[in-house]
Amino acid sequence: MSFLSYLISGISLGSVYAIIALGYTMVYGIAKMLNFAHGDIIMVGGYMVFIVVSTMGLPPAAGILTAVVVCTLLGVTVERIAYKPLRGASPLAVLITAIGVSYLLQNLALLLWGADTKAFTSVVSIEPLRLAEGQLMITGETIVTITTCIVVMVTLTAFINKTKTGQAMLAVSEDKGAATLMGINVNRTIAITFAIGSALAAVAGVLLCSAYPSLTPYTGAMPGIKAFVAAVFGGIGSIPGAMIGGILLGVIENLSKAYISSQLSDAIVFSVLIIVLLVRPTGIMGKKISEKV
Amino acid sequence: MKKKFLSLALAAAMAASLTACGGSGDAQATTQATEAPAADAAGTETTAANATEAPAAADGATWKIGAIGPLTGGAAIYGNAVVNGAQIAVDEINAAGGINGFQIEYMSADDEHDAEKAVNAYNSLKDKGMQLLVGTTTSNPCIAVADKTAADNMFQLTPSGSAVECAANPNVFRVCFSDPDQGAASAKYIGEHKLATKIAVIYDSSDVYSSGIYAKFAAEAANQGLEIVAEEAFTADTNKDFTTQLQKAKDAGAELVFLPFYYTEAALVLTQANTMGWDPIFFGCDGMDGILGVKNFDTSLAEGLMLLTPFAADAEDELTVNFVTTYKENYGDIPNQFAADSYDAVYALKAALEDANANPDMSVSDICEAVKASMVKISVDGLTGAGMTWNAEGEPSKAPKAVKIENGAYVSME
Repeated sequence: MSFLSYLISGISLGSVYAIIALGYTMVYGIAKMLNFAHGDIIMVGGYMVFIVVSTMGLPPAAGILTAVVVCTLLGVTVERIAYKPLRGASPLAVLITAIGVSYLLQNLALLLWGADTKAFTSVVSIEPLRLAEGQLMITGETIVTITTCIVVMVTLTAFINKTKTGQAMLAVSEDKGAATLMGINVNRTIAITFAIGSALAAVAGVLLCSAYPSLTPYTGAMPGIKAFVAAVFGGIGSIPGAMIGGILLGVIENLSKAYISSQLSDAIVFSVLIIVLLVRPTGIMGKKISEKV
Repeated sequence: MKKKFLSLALAAAMAASLTACGGSGDAQATTQATEAPAADAAGTETTAANATEAPAAADGATWKIGAIGPLTGGAAIYGNAVVNGAQIAVDEINAAGGINGFQIEYMSADDEHDAEKAVNAYNSLKDKGMQLLVGTTTSNPCIAVADKTAADNMFQLTPSGSAVECAANPNVFRVCFSDPDQGAASAKYIGEHKLATKIAVIYDSSDVYSSGIYAKFAAEAANQGLEIVAEEAFTADTNKDFTTQLQKAKDAGAELVFLPFYYTEAALVLTQANTMGWDPIFFGCDGMDGILGVKNFDTSLAEGLMLLTPFAADAEDELTVNFVTTYKENYGDIPNQFAADSYDAVYALKAALEDANANPDMSVSDICEAVKASMVKISVDGLTGAGMTWNAEGEPSKAPKAVKIENGAYVSME
């Protein structure tokens, strides 16, 4: 019984990693850049909901909507100002810029909202599911996170494969030059990718803060890195891979905490990552480069 | 056009850095100049006496006391408390005529709870002429700065750097308990008050503060007949989900969970225990102080939480009441023990400087030697303990107090 309960808390932690990893992998798959500021856009999303719901007293739906709108605008603006001028530059320059944007956002948040920890009120009002006479409990946040994760994964896959914009994204991810020659507006396509990625970050922020209700300007940083690991684990660029990678990461982390040693759990998680990458360098779901999205 | 602005800005930055260099260069030159005659004077007593008298008569000399702490960042609540608490003490002392007749010039700098930034903060305060350091606030930065103050032989009194290494150098003293002392005192308190016999510990293995307390707690728990049924760790990278650790503690039958870490994570632990429907006794250390200040936190979750702290804001002695009132008036908050520690630190410096009959025209190193010799002789009645004394290792001696959270406020326990 306790195994199941550890498994469930692993899945609920993993589902949070998964939803963050979806945004990472989406942007990487198409723009071929690691947006290290992703975690901080998540933090901005968390603050938006906090301000609208806890400070202004509006319903959670208004908070989520504000978060999505603000994060989308923020993501597109960041892309326009910081990443677009570097389109031709070396990948290293873009990477460092992304790290710079990450620090910029953290410090802006420090200035705007202060350093003190804020307790986030969960936007999920579903009662926890109690099984086996209350011995097992699945929280409402876990249910919502996993559902959202699946919905996002299916919608994104359909969007990329079925719509014209999605096809344009695929084309850009395969070959920017050839896509331009085919009449695809590469800049616009990448901007749309960032818009979608940042909207996902807003949703991830809301769910992250609901599941682990403490909010500081650094809230997004560490989960962001963990989610990046999850995305690599699952095969970066692969959308189902991000979800599988995230959930596996959470489950391995929690089971090793429970059965091996809580002192060693990180070491175990990253050893597993190294072994997986040695055996499958493209990650669990990673495929040939040409099919990466 | 853009380029023009850029080059203008660059030119301005260059000019600024040039002037800054010039400034510190001058300052260095003057310190050398004042040190040189002092060294010469050592030979003949009469000149030495003249040399000390002359600057004392000069007007405008002040004590330059600096404070360093995280004013922004995750640990900002501590740094601000330290800076504010010291400010109150400085204001009081200045209003009462200063130390040995010299006013205090007080300055502070931010380290964001980061060792590297703490060293930068220390250097910038030194450039401003700091003679004595009240700081730094948190352990890791404190260890880094302690090496710098040792090299400069500047006297450092940390209000709250509790890791053993913080006060390892002979020029560093502290006001708070060291981590081992806190860990041992917590185990003793739990044992003597028979709060529980089956204990679970959750600690941050990536933090010297947390693992230091835990190690001594475990050692003392054995002496107190306490059984540690679960010892679970987390790290700075895995400080969001504590359900597994709590589940293991619960399954092991723990009656009390000892949480030797900071309140940011503790708020999550309390929330997650509540979601699990588990309600053991939670017991924390000084890092737990601040949990009631978390915005929007449901303080009912912290009900019954106990923590070991040398300072209780609800105490009714005159000193505490005055301090709490002034702090509330100036900063709109109830002071925590960090504020009290730094208030006491400034008064301890005052007592030591008076005992040594020092004056601000002495060199930083001479002041350090004088204060070091006097620290072990003085006794300070402060907010965090009556009759505080120090040993040559820089460790204070005072009795810890425990407080419990009842109805959303700290209440002293017997």
